[in-house]
Amino acid sequence: MTQINNSLKKRKKDLTFWQRIYIPEIIKGLSLTMKNMLRPKFTMEYPEEKFIPPASYRGRPVLVMERSGDERCVACGLCSRVCPALAIEVQAAETEREKERYPEKFEINMLRCIFCGLCEEVCPEEAIVMSKDYELAFTNRDDAIYGKDKLLVPVDQLQDRIEFLRKYK
Amino acid sequence: MPKITIDGKELEFKQGQTIIQAAADYGIDIPHFCYHPKLSISGNCRICLVEVERMPKLVIACATLASDGMVVHTNSEKTIAARNAVMEFILINHPLDCPICDEAGECKLQDYAYQHSTGESRFVEEKVHKDKRVQLGPHVMFDGERCISCSRCIRFCDEIAKDSELTFVQRGDRVTITTFPGEQLDNPYSMNVVDICPVGALTNSDFRFKARVWDMSLTNSICTGCSRGCNIEIWVRNNEILRLTPRHNEEVNSYWMCDHGRLNTFKFVNASDRIDCPQLRLNGSLKKVEWDEAFSFLSNKLKQFSKNEIAVIGSAYSTCEDNYIVSKFAKNTLGTYNVDFIRHIDPSFADDILRTEDLTPNSRGAELVGVFPEKNGLDLNGIVRSIKDGKIKALYLIEDDILSFDPILEEYLKKLELFVIHTSNYNRSCDYADVILPAATYAEKNGTFVNIQGRVQRIRPAVATTELDRSLDGMSLSRLDKFGTSFDRWAQGKKYDAKSTWKILTNLSSYFGQKYKYQSSEDVFMDITRNISEFNGLDYESIGLLGKELSFDKVKI
Ligand code: SF4
Ligand code: SF4
Ligand code: SF4
Ligand code: SF4
Ligand code: FES
Repeated sequence: MTQINNSLKKRKKDLTFWQRIYIPEIIKGLSLTMKNMLRPKFTMEYPEEKFIPPASYRGRPVLVMERSGDERCVACGLCSRVCPALAIEVQAAETEREKERYPEKFEINMLRCIFCGLCEEVCPEEAIVMSKDYELAFTNRDDAIYGKDKLLVPVDQLQDRIEFLRKYK
Repeated sequence: MPKITIDGKELEFKQGQTIIQAAADYGIDIPHFCYHPKLSISGNCRICLVEVERMPKLVIACATLASDGMVVHTNSEKTIAARNAVMEFILINHPLDCPICDEAGECKLQDYAYQHSTGESRFVEEKVHKDKRVQLGPHVMFDGERCISCSRCIRFCDEIAKDSELTFVQRGDRVTITTFPGEQLDNPYSMNVVDICPVGALTNSDFRFKARVWDMSLTNSICTGCSRGCNIEIWVRNNEILRLTPRHNEEVNSYWMCDHGRLNTFKFVNASDRIDCPQLRLNGSLKKVEWDEAFSFLSNKLKQFSKNEIAVIGSAYSTCEDNYIVSKFAKNTLGTYNVDFIRHIDPSFADDILRTEDLTPNSRGAELVGVFPEKNGLDLNGIVRSIKDGKIKALYLIEDDILSFDPILEEYLKKLELFVIHTSNYNRSCDYADVILPAATYAEKNGTFVNIQGRVQRIRPAVATTELDRSLDGMSLSRLDKFGTSFDRWAQGKKYDAKSTWKILTNLSSYFGQKYKYQSSEDVFMDITRNISEFNGLDYESIGLLGKELSFDKVKI
């Protein structure tokens, strides 16, 4: 206690005359504010204005839909296995197509997902990738579970990320 | 005894054993694809190469007889190099199918690729393509590209199923498996080739793409298809049984089980005709009620009959514990000696491999624990006759369908004043029942069965009912079971409101003023061991995973 009092006293003693009259300090602070007002802005008028992230961004994971309209995924379940948050449920079924199996059901629980990107990293088919979509809001638990209808995204919209992966993965 | 030195350890072996067998006896695992302890030696995969001192070349451990003084190195530089080379060679034409292959996760080739391979492929040329998705028989799918030509499946059909159906055709890298002209892989044991195929070339058509092996829990149990009581594992995901596989027990079924057992003894557990709560027939139609209501209704009804008007039919499908309480309940609580059970015999099912003519898992057990008439009580035929005569007015049927025994009974069942049935699934007898109580299936309870050899073996719950909790009740847990919550769709598997018959009957007995102190099926079993001489000295722990022979030599007094 005594120590604090001492230091307080000491500090008071330390102030110079200019500091004690306060006005130059106010001018200093305001000039910093003025300077930043004139600098380029980093904030945005969201949601009127939207942030478009770079390719390295990890938004919600999505499934790649080929131009034929089929999913690339073969329902191997590796993403589901690796997901540290147990967000992914995959149920495989047989298809007549050459790759034999496809996901009859593919669900990602966006309340569980932590956007780690491990699903994307483990996928042997480049079938699940992290998108640029960060707009995730729900009013109940069920809405947060995304099925194939919400997950499938045409491959052309995902080129950016796929190229990024090929370069750096 | 002759001695062999493997990796610096001097081990005794039996004359006539090969190096791989001598090593296996001491828990040393020499990699192998084509060798199987129950099949003849074919020595064609070469992964088991080992270095033997004073031999000019490496030898295959599966086909080289151990001899006294032999010095074997299973991890020397030369052996490892040879193993790498064999792996590389096998992988040359092996497709990168793991993501779509059901074997992934339990595949020897996958495991060995991690353990014994350099992890790099130098082969850049086009792989050989073969037929994929070939249905070799009703239950087995073949993928030619994945086959590593170990011939285990061929030898299994020739030597164990004793029905030669498979053969190699073509040569070199074109070699593949096919059935003989006009034949199918359809012997009663055909699906065992799926288990012994070291890769995913042969897969189970019934289980195809249903689940990945790492998402399931497995529980040691016993097949209920016949009185052999093959040891099995029950594979469950999201509280649903997806497949059964045989579990090694040299005394009972070795490594095998029959296709009937594998395919037809688990689907009813999750079928839509499960009875999900107690039901009473009021004014002609069935009404769902709480257990308490069912018990008080039933006990009031039962008290209206004299001893000789009641008959109780136990079940060879349910456990010793259940049947022991059935017999006690009948003889002590109801006071009737009209007690028996239905035998389901089909001589055409039996063979000289595993299958027996008795299609129930526990008829010996039911008999041993007291489900038989005593003191001039009626046996099954007598009971049926007296139902027809109208002398039996109340019938208490446990886990069976009496119409399967005598279809003509149908009109007489209508005349019964009280017909009670414990059953897991709807059966035709239910149409005439006044009270239906939902019984737990063999996959939802603890208990014991006595097989045809007089061996007592344990079943364990693999599927949870409403009164079972996977972790609190010590059931096996998959990764998903451990972390799932009630909000996860993959953890909301159906749980049925069903109880073991012993539990239903002890609860019901309390309405007759009789208190049983059993907390668990193990308590019931301990009571059996004290009162029934053949079971003396046993407990769940000593029965363990592989079962115990009962002692029949003791004289019954
Ligand atoms: S990003 Fe991570 S947490 Fe989200 S689904 Fe993929 S693996 Fe799971
Ligand atoms: S890892 Fe890829 S291919 Fe496998 S299930 Fe997931 S998205 Fe489909
Ligand atoms: S199908 Fe399987 S068991 Fe048969 S030879 Fe090929 S790899 Fe061996
Ligand atoms: S032989 Fe009998 S006990 Fe064994 S698997 Fe077949 S039905 Fe089941
Ligand atoms: S296990 Fe010895 S050659 Fe195949």
